[in-house]
Amino acid sequence: MVEQSPVTGVPVLEMSGIRKVFPGVVALDGVDLRLQPGEVHALMGENGAGKSTLIKVLTGVYDIDGGQIRLAGQDVHFSGPLPAQQAGISTVYQEVNLCANLSVAENILLGREPRQFGRIRWGQTRRRARELLQRLDLDLDVSAPLGAYSLAIQQMVAIARAVDIDAKVLILDEPTSSLDASEVAQLFAVIRRLKAQGVAIVFVSHFLDQVYEIADRMTVLRNGRLVGEYRTAELPQMELVAKMIGKDLATLEDLEQQPRETTARIERGEALVQAEDLGRKGGIEPFGLSIHPGEIVGLAGLLGSGRTELARLLFGADRADEGRLKVDGKAVTLRSPRAAMNRGIAFSSENRRTEGIVGDLSVRENIILALQASRGWMRPISRRRADELVGKYVKALDIRPADPDRRVRDLSGGNQQKVLLARWLITEPRLFIVDEPTRGIDVGAKAEIQRLVAELADGGMAVLFVSAELEEVLRLSHKIEILRDRRLVEELENTEAVDADRIMQTIAGGQSPS
Amino acid sequence: MTETKGDPDIDLGAQPSSNTGRTRSLNRRHVPVLATLSLLAFMYGLGVINYEGFDHPQVVLNVFVDNAFLLVVAVGMTFVILTGGIDLSVGAVVALTTTLAATLLEAGWPAGVVLPLALLLGTGLGLSMGAVIHYFKVEPFIATLAGMFLARGLALLIDRNSIPITNEFWVSVAQQRIRFDRGVFISSSVILALVVVLIAAIVLTWTRFGRCVYAIGGNADSALLMGLPVARTRIAVYGISGFCASLGGVIYSFYTLSGYSLHGNGLELDAIAAVVIGGVLLAGGSGYLFGTVLGVLVLGLIQTIITFEGTLSSWWTRIVVGALLFAFIVLQRVVTGVSAVRSGP
Repeated sequence: MVEQSPVTGVPVLEMSGIRKVFPGVVALDGVDLRLQPGEVHALMGENGAGKSTLIKVLTGVYDIDGGQIRLAGQDVHFSGPLPAQQAGISTVYQEVNLCANLSVAENILLGREPRQFGRIRWGQTRRRARELLQRLDLDLDVSAPLGAYSLAIQQMVAIARAVDIDAKVLILDEPTSSLDASEVAQLFAVIRRLKAQGVAIVFVSHFLDQVYEIADRMTVLRNGRLVGEYRTAELPQMELVAKMIGKDLATLEDLEQQPRETTARIERGEALVQAEDLGRKGGIEPFGLSIHPGEIVGLAGLLGSGRTELARLLFGADRADEGRLKVDGKAVTLRSPRAAMNRGIAFSSENRRTEGIVGDLSVRENIILALQASRGWMRPISRRRADELVGKYVKALDIRPADPDRRVRDLSGGNQQKVLLARWLITEPRLFIVDEPTRGIDVGAKAEIQRLVAELADGGMAVLFVSAELEEVLRLSHKIEILRDRRLVEELENTEAVDADRIMQTIAGGQSPS
Repeated sequence: MTETKGDPDIDLGAQPSSNTGRTRSLNRRHVPVLATLSLLAFMYGLGVINYEGFDHPQVVLNVFVDNAFLLVVAVGMTFVILTGGIDLSVGAVVALTTTLAATLLEAGWPAGVVLPLALLLGTGLGLSMGAVIHYFKVEPFIATLAGMFLARGLALLIDRNSIPITNEFWVSVAQQRIRFDRGVFISSSVILALVVVLIAAIVLTWTRFGRCVYAIGGNADSALLMGLPVARTRIAVYGISGFCASLGGVIYSFYTLSGYSLHGNGLELDAIAAVVIGGVLLAGGSGYLFGTVLGVLVLGLIQTIITFEGTLSSWWTRIVVGALLFAFIVLQRVVTGVSAVRSGP
């Protein structure tokens, strides 16, 4: 039974019974979406739930196989993005889709510049751009190249461009994924302003807190089907998550609790990896750190505090210029990642797309890549062996779809991350460095990856867990290393007394109470 | 760049810092063109100091006269490179145009038919390469390489030998001189080339089409999502290059009064070199037509200096061009690299 929240007035947009089929997959099946003027409507669901497909249907990128789209009461059919835009449906995508080489004014008005006898009137273009930005309460130098501004500003320029086309519906697809807190606040101010002007805003985000802050209503999808439409105020966060992943609350809470129980029972024998005053100029100041087998060490700190730099030193991706590194008690110099791999250290990068996944290769090829590399290219892994290994990890990590021949780029973010983890796990590392493994993936996959990390540690693997999310670090780690301004400032045993506030204080540079 | 994220003092880069960012980046954008300009001045100075008679105005004008065809070809190439593409076929199209024109003129066809036909052929070839590149998603390098073989092959098929042109119109245009004071002159081809440059500059700066060219070079996917006519523009750009190449071929046939299937060998590389030395980013999206003009002048001046030197082998031209090309590509890297660091998220 699909739930609905009461609505008054004529919806500006009404999609009903939307069906979209790709070869072999039903991406959307009987999905409805109703938007009121002047509301922020969150579209919720896990990766692969059909959010992106629904948005692409709405923006005219995909044609529908069934259902109806009504815009202000009129049946409409969009043959492409341009007609949809002209009808007043504008989209701002996750990655800023503008041209950084052109000026702010051009980016706002490109293709719609005021002209006279076919000649662009630059003065008027700039004036018009300035007016549009003022509508969003922004004061920028419109003749500066867009690339000179921060990502947050670029995002708002994209919104300015979108609303210029007399937008009735504005779709924001993961607009906050690369913004920091103050930038998000500014974006939300812009969203509220547009809302007050009567624009219906579709907000897609993985950040539940943000959804609860900004959205009036939400539509939840799961596996291409509609779960329901709710008022944000009436749906508690945990219930929403349960609806998104289709599990009941108890299971979910179980997942969250599990790792911490294991916290206490680590025996500190000889350290697997020990850093003594290890450091690199311009990267990270000398630090000491020891990681034991079966131990999860969490790295906490702000973006740019040196988390990744520290991890890269341990993996030999950067070379230390001072201090010593001991593996199994013996001093080593890691000249390259290859050397680290030979000693059983694996590193899964935070930049999934650029440094990790090879999108055009299949799941199988991506998974065996690291193992093959460590064996050397002269000793290929037999097909049978590869199938066996890949099958095992696809199953163990629950990679979906469980088809080793699928191209990795067609997988959702969470599943790509699992492929990346599988690639390293297959080499059976003794220390696994995971840098932001849960960034940009949905709640369900996040919990699965967290559980996986905990299980690996139970099995005796040492894990260095790098994450910007304090809760996650707290939940998983036995020991927490806190970084600030490229320095390791504090090491904390993760006991019951430690909480996020305590760590925040250290990160922020306040005096620790103890 | 990442450090600013946590820094509460920095307000999204929207406030004062953006002003300094702007002047810096505007200068940055002009750096390659300014570098070319100073290189040109330096080379001219070098010539004037070292060689007698180098300061005669005709020396400079001859650079234009001798390179009018290259200038036109480079204008077309500028459009293509601004979109992030490349056109390797232009040299071959020049050869095909001269051969075709010479053959038809020899057969007695009137100039009024031959001229448009030649231009149409180049434009058509360019448009079809553009269509292949866009619709079949073929790399411009490959598609235009195929176009290059095709055009050169066609030219060889028409005639293997050099064909003299004796057509009245051709000869009269070739011999026409526009004279100034002190006996200096330019050929009518120079006027033609400068008109092409002027029109192209206006199109690139003042029309939606021109801005779309820059947008595609900046980020083709974005341009598409912004609702710009990417298909039309990309195909048109190769059409323009084809047109410019065949016009360059016509000018070349005025210049040499002959048609030969081996004309314009390696010309595509000269054109690319001129564009790059003129500060147009090979990756697309940045650069000015004025830079291309300067680039052509640099190439021309190198040849002139080597001619004045007299004892040097003409292959030195290539060596110097090669070295300059390296220098400018490195300069582009440095300039864009710096900008990426400064304006990064």
